Amino acid sequence: MITLLLILFPVVVALGLLLVKRSSFARQLTLVASLVQLGGTIYAFQLLKTNAQALTWNQDWIPDFGVSFHVSMDGISLLMVLLTTLLYPFIVLSTQNKNYSSSFYALMMLMHAALIGVFTAMDGFLFYVFWELALIPIYFICLRWGAENSGRITFKFFVYTLTGSLLMLVALIYLYLHTIGKPSFDMQALYQAGQSLSVNEQGWIFFALFAAFAVKMPVFPLHTWQPDTYVAAPTAGTMLLSGIMLKMGTYGLIRWLIPVVPLGWQNYGYIAVILAVIGIVYASCIAIVQKDFKRLIAYSSIAHVGLIAAGILAFNVQGVQGGLFQMLSHGINVVGLFYIVELIHSRMNTRETTELGGIRNVAPVFAVLYLIVLLGSVALPITNGFVGEFLLLTGVYQYNVTLAVFAGLTVILGAVYMLRSYQAIMLGETNTLTNGFKDLTANEKWMLIPLVLLILAFGIYPQPLLDTTEPAVQLLIQQVVK
Amino acid sequence: MFELVWLVPVLPLVGFLINGLLNRRLPKSVSAWIACGSVLASFVLSLLLFMEQLGGHGEKHSVSLFKWIGVGNLQIDFAFLVDPLSSLFLLIITGVGFLIHLYSAGYMHDDDGFRRYFAYLNLFVFFMLLLVLGDNFLVMFVGWEGVGLCSYLLIGYWFKKGDYNNAARKAFVMNRIGDLGYLLGIILIFVTFGAIDYNTVFANANTASIGTVTAITLLLFVGATGKSAQIPLYTWLPDAMAGPTPVSALIHAATMVTAGIYMIARSAALFSLAPITMEIIAIVGLVTALIAAIIGVYQNDIKKVLAYSTVSQLGLMFLGLGVGAYTASVFHVTTHAFFKACLFLGAGSVIHAMSGEQDIRNMGGLKKYIPITFWTFLLATLAIAGIFPFAGFFSKDEILTFAFEKNIIYGSLATLVSLLTTFYMFRMFYLTFYGQFRGTHEQEHHLHESPASMTIPLVVLAALSVMSGFIGIPHFEDLHLPANWIEHYLEPVVGAYNAKATVLINPEGIIMIATNIVLLVLIFLVYRTYVTKKMLPAQQESDMSPLARLVYNKFYIDEAYNLLITRPLNLISNFFYKFLDNQLIDGIVNGIGTGVQSSSSLLRQLQSGHVGFYLFAMVIGILLILAFNLI
Repeated sequence: MITLLLILFPVVVALGLLLVKRSSFARQLTLVASLVQLGGTIYAFQLLKTNAQALTWNQDWIPDFGVSFHVSMDGISLLMVLLTTLLYPFIVLSTQNKNYSSSFYALMMLMHAALIGVFTAMDGFLFYVFWELALIPIYFICLRWGAENSGRITFKFFVYTLTGSLLMLVALIYLYLHTIGKPSFDMQALYQAGQSLSVNEQGWIFFALFAAFAVKMPVFPLHTWQPDTYVAAPTAGTMLLSGIMLKMGTYGLIRWLIPVVPLGWQNYGYIAVILAVIGIVYASCIAIVQKDFKRLIAYSSIAHVGLIAAGILAFNVQGVQGGLFQMLSHGINVVGLFYIVELIHSRMNTRETTELGGIRNVAPVFAVLYLIVLLGSVALPITNGFVGEFLLLTGVYQYNVTLAVFAGLTVILGAVYMLRSYQAIMLGETNTLTNGFKDLTANEKWMLIPLVLLILAFGIYPQPLLDTTEPAVQLLIQQVVK
Repeated sequence: MFELVWLVPVLPLVGFLINGLLNRRLPKSVSAWIACGSVLASFVLSLLLFMEQLGGHGEKHSVSLFKWIGVGNLQIDFAFLVDPLSSLFLLIITGVGFLIHLYSAGYMHDDDGFRRYFAYLNLFVFFMLLLVLGDNFLVMFVGWEGVGLCSYLLIGYWFKKGDYNNAARKAFVMNRIGDLGYLLGIILIFVTFGAIDYNTVFANANTASIGTVTAITLLLFVGATGKSAQIPLYTWLPDAMAGPTPVSALIHAATMVTAGIYMIARSAALFSLAPITMEIIAIVGLVTALIAAIIGVYQNDIKKVLAYSTVSQLGLMFLGLGVGAYTASVFHVTTHAFFKACLFLGAGSVIHAMSGEQDIRNMGGLKKYIPITFWTFLLATLAIAGIFPFAGFFSKDEILTFAFEKNIIYGSLATLVSLLTTFYMFRMFYLTFYGQFRGTHEQEHHLHESPASMTIPLVVLAALSVMSGFIGIPHFEDLHLPANWIEHYLEPVVGAYNAKATVLINPEGIIMIATNIVLLVLIFLVYRTYVTKKMLPAQQESDMSPLARLVYNKFYIDEAYNLLITRPLNLISNFFYKFLDNQLIDGIVNGIGTGVQSSSSLLRQLQSGHVGFYLFAMVIGILLILAFNLI
């Protein structure tokens, strides 16, 4: 029931928001609603330990086609829901200096519902519906509130992801037609159907599904929509895309790809891992030569997600656990980084690192908080990034040593581009532009300090989260590696 | 008592938090008291632990705080280990650390970022203590990367200066190259042994194949070359002198850079099983020691000389490790911590007196102006030169003995290194303290001895430089002295090696005596050259011989790295970005887009609205269907 409520409540709020006129009130309402959702998630954590049954809601939806409205949460889904509900309040807070109309927040809440739906759907058809539903609000957010040239870029992003989704739809229908017994879109039925297919068929389905997820993350070479879109989107939109939405893809790998076609994964998975690892090195290198700070973070995100994908596709317990943990960590860190971009851009009206410099002199608090977020991003121990990165590399290593060495280059290259940009923006003497940089306001501290505390807390004591997901991960791995 | 070990690192951490969070709300004096006090408290606690450790018989005490990362069969506790090796390092870190904190209170007194400085310094001590206290490789790695961060922060402490920031970044990135090796080593340890805690790994070390152990140890050694500035990752250390001088003393001489030696000594059980790795370590250490010593001869910046000397001494320690003399290396770490910290702090005192001047060509005759600095500097210089009976004599000699035992080339080259060391150290010493003052009048006017907070640490460290050698006196049968204490002390950790009792009149004893006589002659020659004959190093590069210029420019290694690594990386990155990404991949994507668009506009032509055309198409269609059916 709680799962259903987590999906329905944001929809109700979204509808209510349409009646609201004042921007600030709409924002506050959204913030409160997001916090309620977060509270609901924490309650769900309690339920998972005591009464996991209560997290499932299963009703027939279109019985003639074997479609049911089946939502549920195991540890994996719960972590993804936590990712969504934990980041939402921050994303709402990040808009506090903007004068967005209430429809912006209504779209945000609609997207919230769709995201929770994606992460909890246990029915293939329902999953697909939520998957597409999530795309619509973000499309409008990017289009209406994005940069001036966002029309063409957003359209490309839309068509690109839609093409990927269509491949997924074809694959799902194919599986549906091969279900054993009564045709059904139920997840377990689709697992059975997929596992009964020949190696060849499983291979095709593997690539069709992988393409859909790969576009979303994005994985090299299907990534070229991403930097433009991240740069053109309003900051909150970028946060939604990078913080949460791309995890639809990595989540899809775990739940809707590998267990569906284990033989496809066994025979062709290495191609996907190789692409992911290429992406790590490739995007890291490109990040080194970026002058636009936002674009730099966009490319760094491709690198980080490449490692998550590689670890998950290795599909051993360290890889998948690391992937899940890193999804949360990356969400927190990337929201922090894009917020830092926003703070700089809103003050200086530029994001070119070459035009900045010396901000540390005039904004020491900002400098320290930025540094800690950076350390989380380069995976220094006792930050959240390290736990994930270590587990992911361990996972990839057990899959293939050479690939792990290449993936490990992120340790070095990440330090190169992050420290270069920190130096260019923050260190040295101030110039005529950065002279006027005002240190953080109280509101802005309220946004960054909790993020920084999360970065440290999850780095020092990650075990409760790892424990949450481990049983579900073990179960999935057993299903695949029989 | 051992349960309280977590307090040792936590005290400096608390100091860091107070100084970091309250910052300017604290008066400078309070800030300094908190910083020094927290490390002093740690030192007292370490001393108590050490005494208790001595009382026992080399037992290990493992204290687990909480489960840190547990996934599947990978289970990692946040756990500390107190044993002879770690408690010795605790003493060095907190002891020397405290003295340097105290010194800093004087040295940094007029700096704007006083509290920030102490916050960083406390944070460094915290991470360094984690590094040596960790009971598994990953907790060590936390400290390992943490000290790297603090090193970055402190090298770039004066962040307004572009060069300093570059030096800081270079240090961090080069360390990270090593860290990747270390990280992969840890993963391989896990894959091999199913665990990464010392106990399990070392107990099962001989169950792994030689190939695997060699791979593990080589990866760990890559980590060590980064942190301990060995070939090929040493070039960051001389640049790291951009940081405040006490930082150079603490981080870049006494503690952090010895982490690699600690790590290998800690993992002696693994390294001893990998002869190939040991050979590589010995060679890398020796070559590093030699090259750095040669470069040191031509440096004129007082801190740069000391930096290259550190690289060189670290090289000797690695040579010691490579020939299996773990104890000798740890012994040299200990004595080196004292005399090198004393030298750096002394250099700081000189720089302080000279109003910021670091070039020894502009010094001279400082003996009479700063006597305490002069005397302490002299004692430490004698110690590093390895003159009997100063500390460096015993520790360096032990490494040399083992090197000779291993093979004559190692031994002779190592002896050459120690000759070079004596040469450049006394060259610097005489140029700084003897002869005529060569600075400006203004500088001469300002010359003054440093305050007590700076001279007290100097005196204590100088005393330790003189005496600390006695913890490792070789065992002479015919002399009734306490035999090599440190060797017995560390035996439970690194294992016993075939240290034999020697007699005074034997080849080694003769070498010892002969070397010392040669060293004394050398010092006299250096005195003749730089004091009596008043020779000065060339003022300009153009005055140098080609060979001297090559050495003066550090063999152009930095330039080579720039040409071979940095620039190609930028080129490749630009190629990826401008061509592959923007032109090729995105071009294909957009091409597909336009392709679909243009083909649809072609197809759209078909829907012309002419009924006649539709009828025509229909007829053709029917005919085709019929035709196909007939076939």
